[in-house]
Amino acid sequence: MQGLDDLYREVILDHYRTPHGADVIDGPSVQVEGFNPLCGDELVMSLDIDDRRIRRLHIKPSGCSISVASASMLAQQLEGKTLDEAIKLKETFKAVMRGGEWPPGTDPGDLEALEGVKNFPVRIKCALLAWMTLEQALAQHDPELSSQVETDKDIEVRAH
Amino acid sequence: MSTSTAKAADPLTIDVERVRGDFPILSREVHGKPLVYLDNSATTQRPNAVIEAIAGFYRTCNANVHRGVHALSEEATDNYEGARAHVASFLNVETPDSVIFTRNTTESINLVAHSWARRHLRAGDEIMLSVTEHHSNLVPWQLLSKEMGCKLRFLDIDDEGHLRIDQLDKVLTKHTRLVAISHVSNVLGTINPIPTIACAARSVGAKILVDGAQGVPHGPVDFSALDCDFYAYSPHKALGPLGIGVLLVDRDLMEDMDPFLGGGEMIRDVTLERSTWAAAPHKFEAGTPSVADAVGLAASIEYLESLGMQNVRHHEVDINEYLLRRLKELPWLTIFGPKEPSDRCGLVTFNDNQIHPHDLGTVLDQHGVAIRAGHHCAKPLMRRLGVMASARASFYVYNDKNEVDVLIKALLTAREVFGLST
Repeated sequence: MQGLDDLYREVILDHYRTPHGADVIDGPSVQVEGFNPLCGDELVMSLDIDDRRIRRLHIKPSGCSISVASASMLAQQLEGKTLDEAIKLKETFKAVMRGGEWPPGTDPGDLEALEGVKNFPVRIKCALLAWMTLEQALAQHDPELSSQVETDKDIEVRAH
Repeated sequence: MSTSTAKAADPLTIDVERVRGDFPILSREVHGKPLVYLDNSATTQRPNAVIEAIAGFYRTCNANVHRGVHALSEEATDNYEGARAHVASFLNVETPDSVIFTRNTTESINLVAHSWARRHLRAGDEIMLSVTEHHSNLVPWQLLSKEMGCKLRFLDIDDEGHLRIDQLDKVLTKHTRLVAISHVSNVLGTINPIPTIACAARSVGAKILVDGAQGVPHGPVDFSALDCDFYAYSPHKALGPLGIGVLLVDRDLMEDMDPFLGGGEMIRDVTLERSTWAAAPHKFEAGTPSVADAVGLAASIEYLESLGMQNVRHHEVDINEYLLRRLKELPWLTIFGPKEPSDRCGLVTFNDNQIHPHDLGTVLDQHGVAIRAGHHCAKPLMRRLGVMASARASFYVYNDKNEVDVLIKALLTAREVFGLST
């Protein structure tokens, strides 16, 4: 099945089986919970942010392979990154999931494997859950970032 | 118990091939595969007879009801009231006046909460539900109990998904004023012993409401024999149109109920200051009703009667036996609900222990197989079962054992896609 092989690429299944960001953080600076009320997927995201840099990141996902893999890739890519870098990747990934292309010169890393989700419109929200949760987490850390928070009717995020 | 071979020769079994010919949608393809529609507990498909009845109404006698003196309005009214009478005879209700048309089961239950419970319940009164209830038979009572200061109490289930009838005596108290319970669980498929529960409810002086959303579609329902006060269901889960619901109310209670929505149709007289109400059931049906859908509902009942509801039930048990046997061949599945096929309606909820139900749903969809994946609007029950979500395959009169085989094959493919052993 061409479509299925394209959706469930090996790299996605690897992230699903052993997600990044599994290590629990003591006393995180931000902790939020994102969930998709329609399908019941949820995750708890904890960030340790210092000097506008994500020092450590822990995600406890509970959901389908796409939402877990996307959260795992987020953890893999953003640990150690500055808030500006995180925001840039988040915006790019959201644009790609909504039909855009990865801009020339950017290295999407494993995130490239999520391209196949675009052919399954009802599953795009699964791939976006972790990123929409990140958006709220950053806004909670720095209220000045709240202007970039987008309201998504399918995804709810609240303080944990 | 007879074998499925013997069942095939059973004269009570439905001629599925002929039935399938009556449903135009079943000839379409999904992702290049023949559609295998196994989401019937969410909504069934409609036969030509229902589609034509709705179109026929709009083509030949469309008008508003209960107001015009012209011929079309009279015909429309006859059709609408005729549908009400048909529902009454189908479910053995003493009088059509006990049949209230709503939008769906949810609205029917909210009507009882608003028009009956708000008038008769007081702070400290209790409402008994079960842990298996669909949100539509839980949230209205949460809202009401918050407003009135009532308390909700819950009947639990055993490990196989049967209600703990042995605990009824403990959960029902002298304060219980209402028991609101599903006829059939939309997740476990368990058929609940309504007469037993109704009898226990009566013994403490409580009224009983039955959420029949999964009851009416799956076998004969006799409102009088069930001995309940309210019975709600959604015809769209039994071949009828979307957008019309039914509430049956014991005639003796109707006069002690307040109106539901206010507006046209439901009044006797109106002055600028006040109004008086039309007699039941019109008192509960404000505004222009969904007349064409009532006509379609009558056609769906006629269709089911031509099959025979007892035969519908036999067909389900027959499919259940085969489905449960095939699912049990896959050791990585957890199957929820009663083990005995005759204890359940034609739905089975299950989980692959290593594949999330949404992923399963996507893989199955690529095979043309439509199932439900998620919490089935019964989140408390999901928690009780210790899962976040589950997959549900629900069968109806046009589904056959070949489709069970397609489902099983697709479940095996999902294992391959995820690199898991089979």
